[in-house]
Order: sequence, then structure tokens, then C-alpha cells
Amino acid sequence: MAVLNVNGKALNHNADPRTPLLWVLREQLALTGTKYGCGIAQCGACTVHIDGVATRSCQVPVNSVGNRKIVTIEGLATNGTLTKIQKAWVEADVPQCGYCQSGMVMAATALLAAKPKPTDADIDAAMTNICRCGTYQQVREAIHAAAKA
Amino acid sequence: MTIHQTSLRRPSLRRRGFLVSGAAVAGGFSLGFHIPFEDGAAHAQTVKELNAWVVIHPDDKVVIRIARSEMGQGTLTGLCQLVAEELECDWNKVAWEYPTPAENVARNRVWKNFSTGGSRGIRESNQYVREGGAMAREMLIAAAAAQLKAPAAELTASNSVITHKASGKTVTYGAVAAAAAQLEPPRQVKLKDPKDWKIAGKPLKRLDTVDKVTGKQIYGIDFTMPGMLVATVRACPVIGGKLKSFDAAKVAKMPGVKKVVAIDGNAVVVVADTYWNARTALAALPTDWDIGKLGEVSSDTISAMLKEGLDAEQAFVGNKTGDAKAAIAGAVKKVEATYSFPYQHHVTMEPMNATARVTADKCEVWCGTQNGEAALAAASEASGLPVAKCDVFKQLLGGGFGRRGRSDYVRQAVLVAKEMPGTPVKLIWSREEDMTHCQYHPITMAKLTGGLDAQGNLVGLHMRISGQSILASLLPGNLQNGMDPVVFQGLAASGVEAAYGYNVPNLLIDHAMRNPHVTAGFWRGVNTNQNAVYMESFMDELADAAGQDPLAFRLKLLKPKWAAVLKAAADKAGYGKPLPAGHFHGLAQVMGYGSYVAGVAEVAVNPDGQLKIHKITAATNCGHVVNPAQIERQVAGSFAYGLSAALYGEITVKDGAVEQTNFDSYNLMRIDEMPKVETVLVPTGDFWGGVGEPTIAVAAPSVLNAIARATGKRVRDLPLMHHELKKGV
Repeated sequence: MAVLNVNGKALNHNADPRTPLLWVLREQLALTGTKYGCGIAQCGACTVHIDGVATRSCQVPVNSVGNRKIVTIEGLATNGTLTKIQKAWVEADVPQCGYCQSGMVMAATALLAAKPKPTDADIDAAMTNICRCGTYQQVREAIHAAAKA
Repeated sequence: MTIHQTSLRRPSLRRRGFLVSGAAVAGGFSLGFHIPFEDGAAHAQTVKELNAWVVIHPDDKVVIRIARSEMGQGTLTGLCQLVAEELECDWNKVAWEYPTPAENVARNRVWKNFSTGGSRGIRESNQYVREGGAMAREMLIAAAAAQLKAPAAELTASNSVITHKASGKTVTYGAVAAAAAQLEPPRQVKLKDPKDWKIAGKPLKRLDTVDKVTGKQIYGIDFTMPGMLVATVRACPVIGGKLKSFDAAKVAKMPGVKKVVAIDGNAVVVVADTYWNARTALAALPTDWDIGKLGEVSSDTISAMLKEGLDAEQAFVGNKTGDAKAAIAGAVKKVEATYSFPYQHHVTMEPMNATARVTADKCEVWCGTQNGEAALAAASEASGLPVAKCDVFKQLLGGGFGRRGRSDYVRQAVLVAKEMPGTPVKLIWSREEDMTHCQYHPITMAKLTGGLDAQGNLVGLHMRISGQSILASLLPGNLQNGMDPVVFQGLAASGVEAAYGYNVPNLLIDHAMRNPHVTAGFWRGVNTNQNAVYMESFMDELADAAGQDPLAFRLKLLKPKWAAVLKAAADKAGYGKPLPAGHFHGLAQVMGYGSYVAGVAEVAVNPDGQLKIHKITAATNCGHVVNPAQIERQVAGSFAYGLSAALYGEITVKDGAVEQTNFDSYNLMRIDEMPKVETVLVPTGDFWGGVGEPTIAVAAPSVLNAIARATGKRVRDLPLMHHELKKGV
């Protein structure tokens, strides 16, 4: 048994130490909001925060995490109250299929923590997640709206 | 805001107390796993439907049933709007649910078409879903008349409340729904005039958003149930090749491995406790394949095969007026150009997957699918059980784009589950498997030849398409005397689906079918995509040769509806007016999926040859607008899809196999390259057209035409990434 600090809780798992964090979250801890898209850190669907840094969990062996704090999409809202990013996402009606949106929201949350008033260029640099439905226009709009909220 | 996805009765699930995921139990924690159909099952037992489309609960909750699949395109919200409009219910009380394909079969297809493709969701079901809402409303009014002891004709229904104005009495839908459900439905109902719409036609928010921003939304890949195992597959890397041998013993003792099986003679599957263990073992599994002569096929051999078709004698004629070849031969000026469009991959963000459980007398499947009934048929065929003993429980799709219209992954999941009777098995394809085993956007080339008279009028046009037929690949039974009519999307002589908009006195559009072994399939927008690249690029080349402005040249030839939408896009974009220095406009138009669309691209190419697509102005005449906000999103999204293909999309073949394996070798557009898309809606109200696909087709040609204006370089072969746009190079 190994312990991970996820969303403020100490959670046990028994995965092989080299298993990517993504699959430990999804298959051992039932946190399926973090998505598998490519497995090679290209698409960003698996983005979580590790000590506040947006990180692609498909390329993070679980034994490298130690006791650092992991936050997943499930850990953003507290007692059902959405964060300002999540609220902006709902207000702008951003998701289409929604599959990439956990990663988008996690990346945007980290961006706003680092740069509370991001420019379009900041958004371009930070939001490298792939969306195939093409929600990019609404993603940009929601980030700007959240920055003003 | 709460969002419910309730469901119809699913006895097998209730009996098993489907509350906490197996994975959660394994981890030692109950984490409040979200099971999307748990709370609906309880309701459905006690509440009788008003009809197949509408169930109203005593607490006034309105459950609208949706047969089409939601994959991001917003069809469930739009269809709910149409039902709610006629039902006159309170939009804030609306929830939705999927009936299952087996229920549709058992009820004599009461929900009609379950398939979701061809931008058909709203345009082809609007009539019967609105009638379902209207009939339910009339039944509620009749029940209220009995309860209020007032004539039905004196009652009005609005916002889920029925009012008798004379007496001031009111009753809510929930209070009369049970009585209404006992009544005979009216034989006929009159639908509202769209100008009186209050819910439909409005930019309402989607019904399925909150769970998608909190991680609660369950997709097929997230589905889990007690005792479930996870499998992953490797099919022969060459499509059409066979499995020669594999050495299961080499991986049988690896962590978590439960079983190694061969399926369909062309694939191996490892079943394990988790995906990661299955994947790790599959990577270590020695396999040997028989690919025969297919190994000699490459992109070069495919290209040579298509080139031969450009001038081949035999071709299927798709559209013909007058004598194009004679008119061109006698023309003052002759213009000729050859174009190509490569294989494309759909790249749904959620890789293919399905969960199946097979016993001696039952086969159940949980998956995202664009075609529930085809998935049901696949489950029946693969399990060997009659359809009546099978069912498919549809999950939301993490992208479809045509890929999930096929049921290959469903068949595989059922074949594997059949090897382990009673055990649910979730089959997940790796991204690498997904990238190399698709039904790709077909590969084609086209040679266009046009003749102009002394005044620059187009007197003859011949378009020869050479290349792959989707029907020959997937549905050979649908070929018509060997011809694939779908090849001519956007070029058809007539019809309400995808007709050609130009009046050309002498026209010939024909197709030399050349089918490589790499499977072709329906890819969002399908054949309108390359047909619009060919035709709309060539229209600009003809306009140049005629010394005319491309807009004026087109407007002289276009039929009224096609011309109107192009003009709307051009007007909104300010076509012909001064642009910022270095910016250039390009135009394109097409009719597809019953709608008329046009796009104007505004691009700049800097001295280093770097392309920046600044803005797209896109006009759509889809007849009726059910939700303008969702149409805007579909149109913007269609440009992300179409431009990603134009910039980067290309599947190549080497030694018979697809070379691209993941996003490092198949690049996709990110936010930094996404232009601003302005949507212009110009509905004429006299027909119902689709929205999800048509504008994709104008993405690439409008940008290619703008690039030609900016650089003087005409790009005729996609993707753009292979082309140097720097001047003088």
C-alpha cells in the first residue's frame, strides 16, 4: 500500500510504483474526471495540479509524486460550490463533448493563479490542451471573464 | 443548477445494486462515484409516460427522451427545446434520458432513427419530436379539463401550468400527468408557427454542462461496475492483415493479467485487472502477423493509383449538363489544375472503448455510439444471441465526428466478454491503436478543367475525381451499379441534401473509383470537405484567369440560395473594403447536409512565410434556427476541425501500415492558431437544414484562396504544413 495526497485526503493505492499517476487516479481511486487522451503528454486531457503546478499526469510515475499535493478536477469545487473558473465555464457554455474540459479547467486554474489578468498571448502559451470539438473561442472568453470576476 | 440524466427501466442494473464502483471498493474508499442512471430507475417504475417522448413526474419534473446521441454537438439540448416548445413546459424543469436501442426495437421503433450522423439530429426528427410534445400537451389539457370541470377549449397551457382564465383556476402539469397518461393521445396536433416560439429558436444554455466542468460526467471509458475487468487490443498493424501467432505464455504471469485471447483472426487482446496492467502486458506480448502483399503498399503507390484515375477512360458520372469536353475544347481560354486531399483521422479525444457482459442468455453493452441500433446489431452478431436478448446502454461520447458510427470496437468488446461469461469487460483502445485502425477520411485527387469565352464567362467545366469510395469500404451493398453517389456531396445535380450551386452551361463531374486497402469512413463533413477544396479553389483560379473578382465571378454563376449566403458572408466580412495592411480575404461556399453555407477567411502571411488566420466570417442558412448560441459553437468548432485538417491533417502509409501513431506524429490545432469565428445566421424558414458539418467544407478553401491572394502561391495539395509560403521560395 502506498499513500497519495489527493484533494486534501490521504488515499491508499496498491498500483505498481511505475504506473502513471493518471491510471492510479482513474483505476485505483475512482477519480475518472482526469482523462486519458494520448498518454504522451501532448493533449492535456490528464492535467492535474501537483503542488499547484499544472502537470500532465499520464507521464508522471506514481512513485515520483511522494507526498506532494495533488488536486484533480474533482477537488476544485468545495461543497458543491464551483470555483470562479468553473462558474465562468458554465456561464460561457464552454464544453461541447466535454472530454478535454477537465484538463482545460485545470490548466486555466493554474494560469489564473500565476497570472490573474492573463493576456491573449498568456492564454495561447498556457492553454496547449487539444480540443477537437473546437471550444477554443469559448475557452478564451471564459478565462477572460473569470479574470474579471 | 442540477442536471439529471434519468433513465428508463434497467432491471439488470437495479438488481445488482449498482451504487459504488468496483475500483472505488478496491481502493478502500467510497468516493461518491457518479452513476448517471441510478436515480432515474427509481422514478421510472412509478411514473407512466405521456408518450414515448415525454414523462412528467408529480413534482413537475419533465423528462424528455432523446433518441439521437449527444457527442458535443448539442443535439440533446436542441431536441429538448423543440419538445418543450410544443409541450409548453417550464424549461427549468426539463431533464432528459436515452431510451435504449433494444427498447426501440421492442416498441416497434417508436423513437424512429437512433443513428446520429449527417447533421440529421434536428433536421430529420424535428417534426415527430415536436408532435410528441404537442400531443402530450393536449393530453395534459384534457386531463386538466376533467379536474377543473372546464371545457378544454377554454384552457391555456404555459410554463407547465394550465389555466382556466374565466374561473382563475390553475393546475400544474405534475398534478394532472398521471390522469393524462391514461388518456388516448389525440390523432392530430397542430404545430406552432416558428415565429411564436419561446423556447426553441432561443440561445439557451446546454443541458449537459455542469458535470463536464466538475469531472462528474461519465463517458464510456469511465464506466465501471463490480467485478469488471479491463482489456486492451492490438490488431494487425496492416488493416486487412491477419494474426499468424502469439505467445500468451510470455505475459500470462505479468501483474494483473487474467486472459490473453485472439479475436476475429486479426487481433490479440489482454484482459487484466486494470488498463495499465493490460497495456503493459500487451506491449510485452510477442505477435506475428500475416500481411501478404499489403506490405507493398505505401503513400507513393496509392498516389500513383489515384493519378492514373485522373485520366482514366471509365468513370461514374455524378452530374452532367451539355457537353463539357467539347465546350472546353472550343473555349478561348483553358484552365486546368490538379488537387489532392489526404487521409484524415477523426481523433475523438476519448479513444474507442466499450464495456460488455455476456452470459448464456444475455448480452449487455455500455458504450458511446453514434448508432445505437448498429451497436445492438453488432452485439447480437458477436455474442451469437438474438437481438431480443441484447441491449446497448448509451453513454455520452467524448467526440464522435463519424468515427463512433462504426461498431468495430463494440464487436471486439463483446467477443472478448464472450470468452469470460458473466464477467463485465471494458475494452479500451490505446491512442496508438485508435490512430492506426480508423476508418479514415477517404483519399482523393481531382483534376479540374475549365473553358472561358472571350468575355471571361465560364462555358464548360470538367471535374474528374479520382480516389476512394466510403460506401465501397463500409457499405458495398449501397453502391448503385458500382457507383458511390456519396462521392458527389456538394456536387449533386439536384436534391435537398448537397446540390451543386453553380449554373454552368456545360458541366461534367465524374469519379474514377480507386480503393486502397486502408479503410475509408465517414469523417465529419465527409465528401463535402475535399469537394469544396477542389471546386472553390478552382473557382478562384478561373476568376483569376478571367481577370474578375472571385466574388463577382461566383455571383454570376450561383443559384439564388447559394448566392444569398455567400453574399451575406461577404457583406459581414467587409469583402472588397480595405483591410489592415497585409491582410487578405478568401471566399468559399457549398451546400451540404441540407444547408447553404459560405465562409470568408482573413489571413496574413509574414515575410518569413508564417501564416496567421485572423478571422473567419461564416454564414449559414439552415432554414430554421433552433438554438443560435449552439449553432455559433458548432460553426466555430467546425472551423477548428476543418482548419486543423488543412494545416496538419495527413495520414500516410508505409509498408501497408498507417505511419502516424499519436499526437506527436499527427498534429492538431491548438488555441493559439484558432481564428476568431464570426457566425452569421440567415435562415429563410422554408426548410430544415443541418448545422454540425456543412461549414467545415468552406474552412480549407477559404483559407487557401486567401493565401493565394496574400502570396501569389496556389496550394493545391493539403496539408499546408508541407508548403513554403515565403515569397520568392
